[in-house]
Amino acid sequence: MKALVCIGHVPDTTSKIKFTNNNTKFDSTDIQYIIGPYEELALTRLLEIGGLHITVVNVGQKETETTLRKALAMGANDAVRVDAEPTDAMFVAKQIAEVFKIGNYDLVVTGKESIDYNGGQVDGMIAGFLDIDSVSGASKFEIINDKAVIEREIDGGREIIEAKFPFVTSAGKGFAHEPKIPNMRGIMMARRKKLKIMPAFEQEQATKTGTFYLPDAKPKCKMVQADNVQELVTLLHEEAKII
Amino acid sequence: MSILIYTENFEGKFKKSTFELASYGNEIAKRTGTEVVAITIGKVSIDALNELGKYGVQKVLVVKNSELNDFSVKAYSVAIEQAAKAVKAEVIIFGNNPSGRAIAPNISVKLNAGLAPGVVDLPSSIKPFTVRKKAYSGKVTVDFVISTDIKVLTLTQNSYKVIESETEISISNFDVNIPAGLYNAKPIKTVMNTGKLSVTDADVLVSGGRGLKGPENWKMVEEMAEILNAATCCSRPVSDLEWRPHHEHVGQTGKVVAPDLYIALGISGAVQHLAGVNGSKVIVAINTDADAPIFEAADYGIIGDVLDVVPKLNTALRQFKGK
Ligand SMILES: Cc1cc2nc3c(=O)[nH]c(=O)nc-3n(C[C@H](O)[C@H](O)[C@H](O)COP(=O)(O)OP(=O)(O)OC[C@H]3O[C@@H](n4cnc5c(N)ncnc54)[C@H](O)[C@@H]3O)c2cc1C
Repeated sequence: MKALVCIGHVPDTTSKIKFTNNNTKFDSTDIQYIIGPYEELALTRLLEIGGLHITVVNVGQKETETTLRKALAMGANDAVRVDAEPTDAMFVAKQIAEVFKIGNYDLVVTGKESIDYNGGQVDGMIAGFLDIDSVSGASKFEIINDKAVIEREIDGGREIIEAKFPFVTSAGKGFAHEPKIPNMRGIMMARRKKLKIMPAFEQEQATKTGTFYLPDAKPKCKMVQADNVQELVTLLHEEAKII
Repeated sequence: MSILIYTENFEGKFKKSTFELASYGNEIAKRTGTEVVAITIGKVSIDALNELGKYGVQKVLVVKNSELNDFSVKAYSVAIEQAAKAVKAEVIIFGNNPSGRAIAPNISVKLNAGLAPGVVDLPSSIKPFTVRKKAYSGKVTVDFVISTDIKVLTLTQNSYKVIESETEISISNFDVNIPAGLYNAKPIKTVMNTGKLSVTDADVLVSGGRGLKGPENWKMVEEMAEILNAATCCSRPVSDLEWRPHHEHVGQTGKVVAPDLYIALGISGAVQHLAGVNGSKVIVAINTDADAPIFEAADYGIIGDVLDVVPKLNTALRQFKGK
């Protein structure tokens, strides 16, 4: 069975976010890039299951190859980079759908959302392009014979889904317990694994980002003495008008 | 031309977030001179359907089809796509909840429509269609421009208010044509969380961190939640340590929430935690450490031991609420 795992190349979660060009472009100076945390869980879980041929894929420019190599060091079999600026989610989804078709995969796993644009849309769009079903925000994932059993959170609870291949799923919290950390041997082997570069497929850009806004500086926190909780109740009622 | 909203029902009932959608759709309809059409799938009482008229919905399409008895992204998308075409929808709006997030991208591909996920405000411009959404894990917001003829949005819960706007409403059945057995992913079991209000539905959240020391101290957290009609939630280490169930975990890798009031008890306020809660309208923090970063995000704070302050605060709140 062949699985395609989408790997996001995203700023480290502790990064201080800054912009240039009049707040329209992300400033990547001094930013450490990592594999998106959900994608890391996705790959970890598929490696735990074992017996799968796993290809990691990224739509991006040359600098994302270090992130793909990290995924190879974790244990993926090979990698594909679609050589293009990832202009929007629809464009990225189209590329991955095409890679899927060419490679005859059985399964695509993405992260629940990218931690930079927070879209959470690529998985559903890939499914749309391939005309197959998708299960988003999976919190547990098993393969049992020729089916997958997937758990996901829904409003107020969770549901267990049985999925026949092929399908798309996106990994959320719980998909794997802890991300796998590559060992020395993995890192050495990753250098020799195949990283294929493919030209992009055409897809018109549907959306674009404009100005970014940093949150307004918050007014200073009003402090209340620990022995005067009544004052807090009064403030919440009279000033904040929230209770 | 119309604005189509997907009004998900939960066992035949609508939630407050549905009325937020209707109000939001109504405002866009007013600006574009169109009407709001709601689509609902499955059995909903006539009273519940009529209630949508209170928030500006002019037409409801009720879809009943045995292929939609189980949730399947693919089958539901086909149904909504057919409705969108029938009413010539220019803007299609979903809630930014598990089902909305699942269906919207699919529809967006099928209708070649740009998608803005997690929108937090009305469009600042209709031409070009520009909406505000969060980015970089909630650390910033961004203007997001959709250039296609049809636009798909998912609206963040509690980011737009419910506005009454009584309208004449017409309710009709809408027949969809769905090939049998379209889906390859099928729910086999649903488990609902027991008891109370869910984290994403509550207007007030009482959240506990590692500063509470252990699960045995959660009684006071639950008590505060009960007094304030709130839901309880927690920081990631608390759910990792299994002091609390995983569905209570909020933050960048848990649930992203935007309640009216967020009360952080013994939570340090790490960036990944704040990313998930900084959309809250008012934040209260109680922490022993005056330098904890949570105080930079909070509106009101108490420097003190939660185990000592919370019981006193509960008494004061109970008195205030007359409970
Ligand atoms: C990729 C990544 C993703 C993450 N995602 C999330 C996420 O989604 N959500 C999340 O919450 N975290 C997340 N984290 C973890 C985050 O970095 C913090 O470690 C976590 O939020 C800390 O939880 P805490 O505040 O409960 O505990 P601590 O940081 O240990 O803070 C406990 C606080 O309690 C105070 N305290 C101690 N005793 C008392 C007392 N008696 N009374 C009052 N106050 C007291 C302390 O002063 C301290 O400020 C993530 C981390 C990474 C690397």
